[in-house]
Amino acid sequence: MKQQEFITLIKPFKDKLYRLAKRMLISNEEAEDATQEVLLKLWKADTNTFKSMEAMAMTMTKNYCLDQLKAKRSNNLSITHNNYSDNSSLENQIISKDNLYTVEKIINSLPEQQRLIIQLREIEEYEFAEIAKVLDMNETAIRVSLSRARKIIKEKFAEINNYGNK
Amino acid sequence: MEINKIEELIEKYLEGNTSLQDENILKTYFTAQNIPIHLNQYKDVFGYYNEAKKETSKENILPKKQKSKRWIGIAASIVLVTMIATYLYQNTPKEEDLGTFDTPEEAFVETHKALQLVANNINSGMENVSYLEEYEKTKKVIFK
Repeated sequence: MKQQEFITLIKPFKDKLYRLAKRMLISNEEAEDATQEVLLKLWKADTNTFKSMEAMAMTMTKNYCLDQLKAKRSNNLSITHNNYSDNSSLENQIISKDNLYTVEKIINSLPEQQRLIIQLREIEEYEFAEIAKVLDMNETAIRVSLSRARKIIKEKFAEINNYGNK
Repeated sequence: MEINKIEELIEKYLEGNTSLQDENILKTYFTAQNIPIHLNQYKDVFGYYNEAKKETSKENILPKKQKSKRWIGIAASIVLVTMIATYLYQNTPKEEDLGTFDTPEEAFVETHKALQLVANNINSGMENVSYLEEYEKTKKVIFK
């Protein structure tokens, strides 16, 4: 496969890989690295044999990120990042933009599995069948996990907001 | 859209039973301005999803980048090797004809001249050094 062909093939979903990686790894740099890593693997692999390149790439990204997270945990490194700071006094100052940031923080504090599902469903708008393929789970389990995640987000967000209004 | 319809959709949404179409209805609904206060909390959640969709990777696609990097490396090493080779080549000492004198007298006169030249140059250098002593004097006055 020629390079140009490859680039046009991956273009529609390259940013999806990046966003998924960022959801999992939080830091911009690590997400960029993960994306490059996955694209390189795709480039080296015989991509003609993949039925759906996007689903394949998403699965690879998911696996790569989970490996990274596991490696970090076993190295006893805390998963810290400097993309944003935790400054609650500032939070109250810029409310409208800040509420979005609160949502992001809540989502990023969810368990890995729920984070993956939220990302794929809410942001990338995948059908349940597609999510099932990427995550290698059955659809019922995905619905249950998604429902749980949505409720947690709703509750936590309400909690933080009421707290701020007191 | 009526509020009770939206509320119904939200219920379904929380249970994970909405279709993508339903979810898009909700997303569009919450981009509007006047939302009842009890639903306000969803506005930011859906607002965030709409925003998060727009984020893009800033990095270039890898294979292209890697290839060009490799070429830069090869080019740089070729240049380096050529430079070292020419440098070594130009600096290899050549057998030079330094000239000879026929008689010892002639040689003595020339040697004398050369030594005189060196001696003169050393002395002219010494004159400048004497200025330094002036500084030294002044310094002693100040610092004692």
